[in-house]
Amino acid sequence: MSGFDIAAALVKVLLVFGVTMLTIMLMTLAERRVSAFMQYRLGPNRVGFGGLLQPLADGLKFLLKEDIIPTQANRPIYLLAPVIVMVPALMTMAVIPFGAPLQIGEHLVPLQVADLNIGVLYILALTSVGVYGLVLAGWGSGSKYPLLGGLRASAQLISYELAMGLSIIGVVMLTGGLTFGEIIAYQQETGWNIWKQPLAALIFLIAIFAETNRLPFDLTEAEQELVGGYHTEYSSLKFAMFYLSEYANMITASAFMVSLFFGGWDVPFVDELAMGGWGVALSVLAFVVKVGFFLFLYIWVRWTFPRFRYDQLMRLGWKVLLPLALVNVVLTGFWLVWRAGA
Amino acid sequence: MATVQRTYEPQFSDRFYLPAVVRGLWMTFVRIFRRKDTIPYPDRKYVPADGYRGLQRLNKDAEGRIKCVACEMCQTACPAHCITIVPSPAPWDEGEERYPVQFDIDLLRCIFCGFCELACPKEAIELTEIYDYASYTRDDLIINMEGLLKVYDVTSQGNIYKRQNEGESITIDTGKL
Amino acid sequence: MTTALFYLFSIFLLGSALFVVLNRHPVYSVVMLVFSFANLAGIYFLLEAYFIGILQVLVYAGAIMVLFLFVVMLLNVSPERPRARWVPLDRWWFGAVALVFVISLGALLVRGVGQLPSARSEVPDGFGGITQIAEALFSRYLLPFETAALLLTVALVGTVFLAKRKI
Repeated sequence: MSGFDIAAALVKVLLVFGVTMLTIMLMTLAERRVSAFMQYRLGPNRVGFGGLLQPLADGLKFLLKEDIIPTQANRPIYLLAPVIVMVPALMTMAVIPFGAPLQIGEHLVPLQVADLNIGVLYILALTSVGVYGLVLAGWGSGSKYPLLGGLRASAQLISYELAMGLSIIGVVMLTGGLTFGEIIAYQQETGWNIWKQPLAALIFLIAIFAETNRLPFDLTEAEQELVGGYHTEYSSLKFAMFYLSEYANMITASAFMVSLFFGGWDVPFVDELAMGGWGVALSVLAFVVKVGFFLFLYIWVRWTFPRFRYDQLMRLGWKVLLPLALVNVVLTGFWLVWRAGA
Repeated sequence: MATVQRTYEPQFSDRFYLPAVVRGLWMTFVRIFRRKDTIPYPDRKYVPADGYRGLQRLNKDAEGRIKCVACEMCQTACPAHCITIVPSPAPWDEGEERYPVQFDIDLLRCIFCGFCELACPKEAIELTEIYDYASYTRDDLIINMEGLLKVYDVTSQGNIYKRQNEGESITIDTGKL
Repeated sequence: MTTALFYLFSIFLLGSALFVVLNRHPVYSVVMLVFSFANLAGIYFLLEAYFIGILQVLVYAGAIMVLFLFVVMLLNVSPERPRARWVPLDRWWFGAVALVFVISLGALLVRGVGQLPSARSEVPDGFGGITQIAEALFSRYLLPFETAALLLTVALVGTVFLAKRKI
């Protein structure tokens, strides 16, 4: 590894981390503003221009709040849980390419922190590790509502992970590779996967809503039944960590969705690679716009639909999405064989 | 009463849910661009309708003297026991013979029912439109006679929120409050 | 750097594995077992066996251990009488079991070490990747693979049958 590579890697890590944190901040604001607009309200608009500094004020408030550890809590587990939730949430962005490769001198820098050859599985693995945080937070709090919330969270995540994984398999079969680079290159050549795998895209979209515990699948923190779910007993900075990781997960899930089904940083009918620096800028912009749309969709859906009942959630996951995902895999297989024969 | 029974037979297309999902999303989306009902509070203030029951005031008569005769009817009528009156012989020669030397209302106890206004035989106590008063201490929210009379001075010239929204600068200095 | 990372992962792996065995708190043990799996995955990564490493996390840490945690959490584990925090190590049969284990492992190592390829030998391109594993799984080992799948299905149906009498 040359010095240039190390420097480029450092810059990319800092950039991705910084932009993710910034997006989380903006998302917390957008959540409040968009929900307000949908309800004929204005939302927080007084701190900074249009309320842009509101997330900073919120963050400061979290820092200054009293940090409570319940006496019934299991101390090590209680302290560990927010960390287990937060770390995978921030690590997953590393494998997502956010732009066309950038040519600096003789170096071709891929705009992606790490190009693992199993990039798609990496994200699945880390999300499945994140479940521990929720379960342990629920158990470690030593209180019944968090416990129920934690159990629901893990049952939900495990159920929808299956449908999510199977819906990805269709894309992987078409591409023949698990890296995001290959998946995006394939989509550049032959068009976005949404046209070829609409069913998989739909299943994946529903599954990521469930994976990020967002409405209409936010059974784990159903206020009316469980107070706050697994983070009921958390306050101050530890609550902020749960909150941040929820939004970080949403960003990753949106980027994941964009990369798998909407061509990643690809702009249709434009050859970014031939355009040099401007092409790279255009591709980054395209990626940001696409991810932004899905982040908006998260908020949009949250303030539109009511929550599922728990048995409905399980029925949807196991009896509808999972069989549909299997059907999709089989159909894709048939199509691939037919095309190979033709 | 006639009972109207409406039944909806779910059709096959309803089992896909997606059209309904899209309709729901469209419904919330168009509302983003509708006019907002929010009143940007410190800049513009909500104007309560006439008859709103807010902060109390003690009315003055034509000579600028307090109308109250310290009959303690309001104190008796008050279900929250928030009014304290100490009566005394009036210092002036003609007119009423009694007047209060102390007239305190504990605003933290007051439930703004308006019974004091109804009970008053002299139309001396009235509830005004003022709703935005607050304080950091409980003591500050016990308003005394001086304060109640100042509220009269401020509010007797029309709804203060309407005047504030028209650009008039009004401050209520009611002693401790 | 690779060597340093290897020792770091190994120390964490062995330490957490010891913790799993010696600690008496079941939930702590599960958490430490997950941590040891993560370190094992780290060692696989160092060997550039990314797929196996990820499977270690995805399947063992992500799926199987979550079920362990469920069971441990839901069986109310607080003991009636206070117990020692650590497993006592002064039982004679602990030593006996450990001795048997060490001897059998040592015998395996002595017999097997000569047959292993040298650590410095070149690995073929794409070794341990999904393509290779899939090819092996679906051609040479197809029958065991499908048998395992059938076995798991039978186990699944059996579990459902035992757990829910009324379906």
